[in-house]
Amino acid sequence: MSNLNTRGRVALFGGVYNNYLSLQATIDDARRRGVDEIYCLGDMGGFGPHPNRVFPILRQSSDIHILQGNYDHSIGHRLDDCGCGYTDPRDNHFAQISYDYTLEKTADSHKDWLRDLPGEFRRQWCDRRVLMAHGSPRRINEFLWESTCSDVFLAYLLDTAQADILFVTHTGIGWKRRLPDGRLVVNVGAIGRPANDGRTGVDYALVEISAEAVEVSFVEVEYDHHRLAREILSEGLPEEFAESITTGWWTTCLEILPARERAAGRF
Amino acid sequence: MNKLDTRELIQRVEQRAALSSEPSAAPHLELDHLDTLWLQVTGTLCNLACLHCFISCGPKNDNHDMMSVEQVDEAIDRAVEEGVKEFYFTGGEPFMHPDIETLIERALRHGPLTVLTNGILIDEDLASWLGETFRRARYSFDVRVSLDGTTRSENDALRGRGTFEKILAGIDRLVAAGLNPVITVTTCHAELGGREGRQKFFDLLAERGIQRPRLKFLAPFKIGREERRGGGYQDYERLRKGDLDDQARQALQCSSCRMVTSEGVYPCPILIEEKDARMGDKLDDGLKAIELDHPACYTCFVEGVTCRT
Repeated sequence: MSNLNTRGRVALFGGVYNNYLSLQATIDDARRRGVDEIYCLGDMGGFGPHPNRVFPILRQSSDIHILQGNYDHSIGHRLDDCGCGYTDPRDNHFAQISYDYTLEKTADSHKDWLRDLPGEFRRQWCDRRVLMAHGSPRRINEFLWESTCSDVFLAYLLDTAQADILFVTHTGIGWKRRLPDGRLVVNVGAIGRPANDGRTGVDYALVEISAEAVEVSFVEVEYDHHRLAREILSEGLPEEFAESITTGWWTTCLEILPARERAAGRF
Repeated sequence: MNKLDTRELIQRVEQRAALSSEPSAAPHLELDHLDTLWLQVTGTLCNLACLHCFISCGPKNDNHDMMSVEQVDEAIDRAVEEGVKEFYFTGGEPFMHPDIETLIERALRHGPLTVLTNGILIDEDLASWLGETFRRARYSFDVRVSLDGTTRSENDALRGRGTFEKILAGIDRLVAAGLNPVITVTTCHAELGGREGRQKFFDLLAERGIQRPRLKFLAPFKIGREERRGGGYQDYERLRKGDLDDQARQALQCSSCRMVTSEGVYPCPILIEEKDARMGDKLDDGLKAIELDHPACYTCFVEGVTCRT
């Protein structure tokens, strides 16, 4: 599974963060557009409510292919924390709350499933070598931010991984870049939390594949974010998490952001 | 690496050191890839002479001279061929360089750049230029300012009289120009590295009206002027073969960085005045494995230090 030799349409997303409402909305939207396949690049858990609700959606669909993220690795192996190692005591505080909650509320059978997920997918799309990874081709927890990856570094990653097109997630903010030699790198962003730009909708990547070209666009999905925020609060999770969902601005774990991406947000 | 692993590794290292007084060979570390190129643009020349400096930088130290624009260009071009991810400028004090603006523009053409400074020379004109550069650059441009206490007496005891106010004034000017500098704290006083110590810095910045604080805490290296201030390394504080697993190797920034100065190429920013650390004349000479046989390597390992932001 599954190479595309003529033409096709594929949806990719990452960073579900327990947000089963945006997950369902994303998958519905992609199917409405007639995609041949859907790829989830990992991180099922995070700061949203009711962790078990994402698994029936993901596990019962034969058209969805799923990778392991660093959060999935930690939950799957029942580790003590998400391994983010923040400097700011405030960031650590919030990261631990959502991790402890997700670890406690995720059923054992789902933890085992997360533990056994694959680390990458390789595909052939009309003679183009495609690689999908969580953080980067070389590390599950490497952040590939738009502002901190030089063109030559991305070219190096593609050379080493023997790929023409690379898809990653992990940072929570999507971007795409066509390198001067025509190769393509896409960070598909996250669907579980807005992209720190003041919009409440979330984005996934829609890919049109043909012999001539591979074109990627980001599709915004609206979902019932008010309901998600209410459920975050009724589960006793921090107000700050609900605020990010209802305002579109990140409120916690901000220190991972490079200067450029930090300046684009409100906090 | 999670905290438990680190503690276990430290215990293992210390137990082994206590059991055997025989020095064993240092671990060997391959260069995975040149992710980060450090450039010592002003060499060891600095407008301050901080007591905790791990290289004895100051107004009179010219062990490493300022780099010329050509020297910087040459290193950047070679690093670009290697697929470098990012650049860091340090010194000394980078803003003492007469061509610093040219150097910043050259680096930002190829990738993201962070400049490490004490902030004192950042006047309004320079802050405004840095702000414009930040907004104009294709890649991320970051400024990192070192501050070593939350009170005048705490900071000035290490950095020199009057520096606390001057550093904060520089930070204020950067913030007014639209930048959000990372404040770097060397935890010479152990309590500064703890949760409460860290919180004090966040509180200080909040009092100054900095609403989105960015902070980095660094363990001191017991070399350079800091060795004379706080004492040097014990004999057992050395890395030995077998201390490093793959995760620890990856965490050490010297598995993915090199430092170029006017005097040649070095494994990392810490070791430029250490005997035998020099790897050759040009960046090319440094694109190979190193031996972790310097006592400062022990600090990077046990404290999980990375000079990156």
